[in-house]
Formats: sequence, structure tokens, C-alpha cells
Amino acid sequence: MPRMTRSIIAILLTGILGACSDQSANAPSAEVGSAEAVQGANAVATEEAVDGPVIVYSSRQEHLIKPLFDRFTAETGIEVQYQTGEDGPLIARLQAEGQQTFADILYTVDAGNLWSAAEKGLLAPVESDVLARNIPEHLRDPEGRWFGLSVRARTIVYSTERVDPANLSTYAALADPRWQGRLCLRTSRKVYNMSLVATMIERLGKEATQKVVEGWVNNLATRVFSSDALLIEAIAAGQCDVGIVNTYYLGQLQQQNPDIPVGLFWANQESSGVHVNISGAGVTRYAKNRAGAVRLIEWLSSAEPQTLFSELNLEYPANPAIAPVELVASWGEFRQDTLNVEAAGRLQSEAVMLMDRADYR
Amino acid sequence: MNRLFSEGWLWRALAFMAAGIVIFPLLIILLQWGTIGTGEQDIWQHLFDTKLDRLALNTLFLILGVGTGVTLLGVTLAWLTTICEFPGKRFFEWSLMLPLAIPGYVMAFVFLGLMNYSGPVQTFFRQQFGPDVWFPDVQGAGGVILILTLVLYPYVYMLARSAFLNQGRKLMDAGRLLGLSRGQAFFRVAIPVARPAIVAGLALALMETLADFGAVSVFNYDTFTTAIYNAWYGLFNLTVAAQLASLLLLFVGVTLVLERQSRDRARYTQDGGAQTRSSYRLSGSQAIAATCLCSIVLTLAFLLPSAQLLSWMLETGFSELDNRYFGFLGHTLGLGAIAGVAAVSIALILAFVKRLPGSMLARRWTALSIRLATLGYALPGSVLAVGIMLGFTLIDRSLGTLLTGSVIALIAAYCCRFLAVAWAPVDSGLEQVRPSVIDAARSLGAGPGRLLRQIYIPLLKPGLITAFTIVFVDVMKEMPATLIMRPFGWDTLAVRIYTMTAEGQWERAALPALTLIAVGLVPVWLLIRSARGHHTG
Repeated sequence: MPRMTRSIIAILLTGILGACSDQSANAPSAEVGSAEAVQGANAVATEEAVDGPVIVYSSRQEHLIKPLFDRFTAETGIEVQYQTGEDGPLIARLQAEGQQTFADILYTVDAGNLWSAAEKGLLAPVESDVLARNIPEHLRDPEGRWFGLSVRARTIVYSTERVDPANLSTYAALADPRWQGRLCLRTSRKVYNMSLVATMIERLGKEATQKVVEGWVNNLATRVFSSDALLIEAIAAGQCDVGIVNTYYLGQLQQQNPDIPVGLFWANQESSGVHVNISGAGVTRYAKNRAGAVRLIEWLSSAEPQTLFSELNLEYPANPAIAPVELVASWGEFRQDTLNVEAAGRLQSEAVMLMDRADYR
Repeated sequence: MNRLFSEGWLWRALAFMAAGIVIFPLLIILLQWGTIGTGEQDIWQHLFDTKLDRLALNTLFLILGVGTGVTLLGVTLAWLTTICEFPGKRFFEWSLMLPLAIPGYVMAFVFLGLMNYSGPVQTFFRQQFGPDVWFPDVQGAGGVILILTLVLYPYVYMLARSAFLNQGRKLMDAGRLLGLSRGQAFFRVAIPVARPAIVAGLALALMETLADFGAVSVFNYDTFTTAIYNAWYGLFNLTVAAQLASLLLLFVGVTLVLERQSRDRARYTQDGGAQTRSSYRLSGSQAIAATCLCSIVLTLAFLLPSAQLLSWMLETGFSELDNRYFGFLGHTLGLGAIAGVAAVSIALILAFVKRLPGSMLARRWTALSIRLATLGYALPGSVLAVGIMLGFTLIDRSLGTLLTGSVIALIAAYCCRFLAVAWAPVDSGLEQVRPSVIDAARSLGAGPGRLLRQIYIPLLKPGLITAFTIVFVDVMKEMPATLIMRPFGWDTLAVRIYTMTAEGQWERAALPALTLIAVGLVPVWLLIRSARGHHTG
């Protein structure tokens, strides 16, 4: 087999190598960043210098990161280039590129993805007093390979027309037969639910969690949804009465329709606290511009960008000293689960299998 | 003869090289079977215990449903618009190809947005008939099958249409003279002769179905493909994901081989005579039924989603129309055109070499590499992209090049994914070139190069244009591979749509989606024009 592979490579090369070296040299330079600029950065960057741009692989959407990076460039003069994509492929790309990678920073949504990248040895530890001060301990990797930058709370929403919030308490209580035919859930394929169940496994143990998830499935009013927004709309339309969503989706719908008859309830306040996850970043192991990368992440944890996180996507700042925007603040204060979000990654595959066994689709 | 022999080998080498580009990533995916650690074993065990049977059944059900749907719809519409005469025929002839430009995930989202419980249709029904009014389960298998059928029938329609056009009415008339009824003539003459084209279109539609992730995930319909992503994103195990993907490849490969064996050995070639343009004039009720059918399909598959996108776009105004927008458009067009030319060239070389005389062994190898090279279409884009990426990083590491993030790698990914699309029209076009023409040219001393230039390319022009068009449109719609393989700054319209829809901002995705459709219309229109020219000429 290897011989065959090698001969195929040889064939490939003779055919296309000549052509492509020409072409990449003549490649039209795009506005965001060209291949030449990237190669240039690779060539000149040294250990300490903040020369050249910081290159970010991001699974966070462009319209949520671009304003932040623009501000950073304006303040520091350091240019930021980014490539957006999905978590899995971006991490696979980082891994495949190895030492040759362009990326200085991996910026993803969900702690599980950061955990998985760190496990694969793709992220390098960073020791930073700024980050240690700004980011609470449970929102960053114990070994300093990644840092949470914004917090997303996943909690219970209910119909203000048909549910008395006094009957609500914990995620687990939604498995109670009281909610038979009244619960809506998003698909278990979404990482938010994987993280929630992973945290429950850590808090309640495997068996109890299995029972809870089975109870949820029994209580479902309809098929699972493909998005939190659709779920909230279903509650508003009367298809079901309670559900579990990330708060900013409710925020988006409230911005469009302030009278939407869906309320927000902070789960598990008497026990472990509301389940939170992060969007966060780490410096790649083979970063060519490590100094610039550290500087960008430190800057992102500071006051102004932290406020921007809340403004741009109605999330919570990871830095507890910074207040969220008004709409978000209007949902009231809550106690968040201080279990290190790293558990969401560590137990994710266990959670996936558990949900499969409970036939949660 | 000597010259032909030596030049033939040159062509064969070229063909293997072209096929190699496409097969390479598939090999890398197959090689993942080399690593089965305890982690992989646990996951496989888990899959067997919980849901592998359900996934297989779901996938099978989907294939059967979509297969039946696209065949019935595609062949019926093609037949009506080529052989029959009814009000609006000239309009439907071309407009029924339009749904080709609508990405499946857009269609799925629009459909669910309109038809689910909180959507306007059901809300209206509840207001009229009370809260407990019965409504079909739109989120179920039926919904997915309907959506994929509406998006994918144009493949069958286009290929069946060109086959019907080529065979003209003569064959049918011959059948009628021999005492067949009109229906008998259709089923016993027209359909068998068009079968290679219909099957080619069906194969495309089904491979697209197998690879689809966007539409099925909007519906939460579990298939093999969703399982691949779940293993990768959920269980963090790319190896199992690739292994699952290779099972998909195996399934497609076996099906294609079975089909080829069951097909009669006979060759169907055009008779070369002038085509008659006369057609069956449908009577009153038949004509109304035909017009209605065409209108309904066009409305559901094209007008409705376009109207919804348009209304979303009007909601946001033109805030999305900035400088960067034209960048997206430029990249989309550029990539589509380059990939279209590349894929069609590879398909042409392969199809040509397949028909060169040569030793048994050489011909076997050619046939095998073609078969492998066209499997990429059934692979979900992301999985394929990872195969390509691993391949290119391997080259980069051993040679110090920087291909992985380059346009070259992306074009290779497109070729790998869409070669089958280019292959079908090119090959079925060549299939209809009379062997006697080639033999005559050969006996007059034409070598392979001249054969290609002076016989094949002119005769194949309609097929080549069809091939280029479909690849061009498909590349423009392609999202997962583009997302991961694109060079820095090479954002396309599809990437923009993904970016916006990933966070549920459908209104802001409307402009790029509509642009994609509009741009897709241009080549579809060209295609129709050339089909007409072909038809009359």
C-alpha cells in the first residue's frame, strides 16, 4: 500500500507542481489576507517579536469577531487575519498542518472543542497574569492552554401563558411526569446539549443522568428541534410549554418581538448553578507569532472587548468585573455552575453515547 | 498503427494521472481502516448496540424515496417537455431546470419555516379549524424526501431530456408501426433507450442524497452522513468518521457495479439522421393536467423558496451589499469556472481513454480507475476535504511546498467531489457517438489527439456544456469543502450563507442565497439555449 501511495504522489506531483508554484505566486491578493502575506509572516516571525499579523483559525462567526479584531488593530497596530470554519475541520486542519500551520490562535465555540484540541497537543500553555486575573478559574484550562472569553448560559425557558415558574427548579426536574407531552428539546447532536449532559454526568453520576435523559425523552411534546430559535418559537406558538436553550437566542427573539410570551428561568439555583459554556481561544503549539497571539487573547479579556462580546451576541462577559448589556442584564443575576468547563470536553463522548442509549436523537 | 499505440500510452498515463488526483483522497480515507484502537472499537460496539440498524434503514428509506421521486418526476417532466405539446411547454422546457440552482439546505429551511407548527401555514389552519386540527408530520421522513426530490429531480430531468431529444420520435413511430400502443411504445422503446441517461441522472441524485448533510440536519433525520459527523464532532473520533464514510463509498461502488452489470450489453447510438420536431399534441384534459403538474413543481421547487428569500432580503434592505459582497461573488464565479473546466477536462480525458484500443489489462485498469474516481460525489464534503487535506499536507511535508491552503488544493477537492457530475453527461454523450465514425477516422490514420480534437469534442459539445454547467453550479453551491479548504480571504457566497445561517440569521443570508440562484440561472439558461440549438440543428 505505501508503495502505491508513493507512486500516486509522484504522479500527482509531476502533473501539478510546476503549475501551482507559478499560480500561488501570481495569486490575486484578497482584501482580508493573501497567501503571500501569510507566507511572509511565516518567514519573518521570531520568538518574541510581535512582527506581522496574528493569524486566527476561528469557528466563531465572522460578524462576531471582525469588530473585535478591527478594534484591536486600531489600538495596537497589530494586524489580525482569520479563517472561519467549523470546529471539527479547523482542528483537523491544524493537526494536519503540524509545524507548518499558519495559525497562531485557535478560537472556538464550546469548551469541548478546545479540550479536544488541547488533548491532541495542538495548543501551547500560556502563563499570563492578565488572563489569570481577568478570567475565572473554572472558565480556563487548568494547564493554561485555553481561556474562556465569553460565557453562554444554557437554561430553562417556559411559556408565560401556560406555566407557573414556581413549578420549575432544575434541568433534572424536567424529567418529571408532570411535564409529559409538554417539553421541547433541541437535537442531542448539538454540542450545547452534549456539554449540558456531560456536566450532569459529573454532578449527578452516570446512572442518575441516564434516568433524567430518558425522562426528558418520555416528556417530549414533539420531535427534537434543529435550532434553539425554532424551539422558542414553538413554545410561543403553543406546541410545548418548557424547553432548554442558550439565553442569547431568547435575547435575539426578544429584540425582534419584545412581547414574545416566553420567560427565562435560572435553573439549579438551589444546587449546582446554571450550566455555562464558553467561547474561548488558545495559542497554537507551532504559532509563529506567539507574542502577538498572547497579546490578542489578553486584550480580548479586557473591559472594552468584553462589553463588545455582550453587545454583539448577547452573551455574558467571561470577565466578572464587566457588566453585560441592558437586555442581558434584565434577565437578572444568577449563580453559574463553577465546575471547570473542561469537564464538558472530557465527558463529551460519554454524554453522546448516553444520549444515544436513551434514544435522545 | 505504431504511432497510435505509442500515443495511446501517453494518453493512458495522462488519464491515470488525472484519476490519481481524484482517487488519492479516497485512498487516504480507506487507509483509516489501518487504525482501530480501543477507542474505535468502543465506538463501533456502541454504534452496533444502539443505532446502526436504524441509520441503515433510515438511509435506505431515504434513497428509495428520493430515487422513486426523482425518477418519476424527472422522467415524466422530461417526456412532457420533449415529446408532447401543451400550453406553456416552451416556458416549462427551460424553467423546470431552475431548481438546480437552489441549495438543498436553503430549500429545507424555507420549507420548515413555512410548514412547521409555529409557521404561517399551520398557524392559519389552527386559527380556522381550532387548535387540534390534523396536519401532516412535515418534520418526518416524508418531508425530507419531498425536499430532496424537489431539489434533485433536475439531474434526471436534464439527462433524460437530452436522451429523449436525441432519440427523437422516429423510434417511437417505429414501435407504433410494429403495433405497440403509445404507452407500450413509451415503456418498451423510449425508456429502455434512454435508460443509460436516466440512470446516470438518478445516480447523481442519489449520491447527492447520501452526501447531504445540510437538508437532513435541518430535519434532524438521522442518516449515515449525520452519523459520520456525530462520530467526528460529538465523539471527537475522525478515524471512525472516515471508516463510516468508506462504508458509504463501498455501498455506492457496489450499487453502481450491479447496475452496470444488469444493463444490457447493447449500445444505444444515435442514428445521425435529422431529428423530427413534431410532437404529440395532448388533448384538453391531458393538456391541463400537464400544465398543472409543471406549474406545481415549478412553484414548490423554485418560486416559493425564491419568494421567501426575496421577502427576507427586503426585510434587511441592502445592508449586505458592500464591497466585500462583490469579492464573494468574484471568488464564487472564479472557483466555479476553474473547477468546471478542470473537472470536464479530466472527465473528457478519462472517457476518451476508456474507448482507446489497448491490452485487456490496460483497459481493466482504466475502467477501475474511472469507477473509483467518480465515487467522490457520494462523500460528504467535509470528510472528503479532510482526505484531500491529509493528502496535500503529506506532499507539503515531504517537499516543503505550501499547497494545503492554496487554490490548487481547493480545486482538487472540487474535482474529486464533482467528477461524477462531469462524467455522466460526457460519458453518456460519447456512448451515443457511432463507433463507425471513430473507426472511419482511425482507418484514415487519425491519432488519439486528432480524434479528440476533430471528432469527439465537436460531437460532444452539448454534453461538455451540460457537464461544465452542472459542475459550475454545484461548485458554487458547495459549502463544507469550501469552508475548510479555501485559501485565506477566499470567502464565497456559500461560505457567507453558512456564516449567517449558522447563527440563525436567515434574513442576512437571503442576499447571498438569491445571488447564488441568480448566478446559477445564467449557465442554466445557456444550457437551455444550447439544448435548443442542438434540438433544431
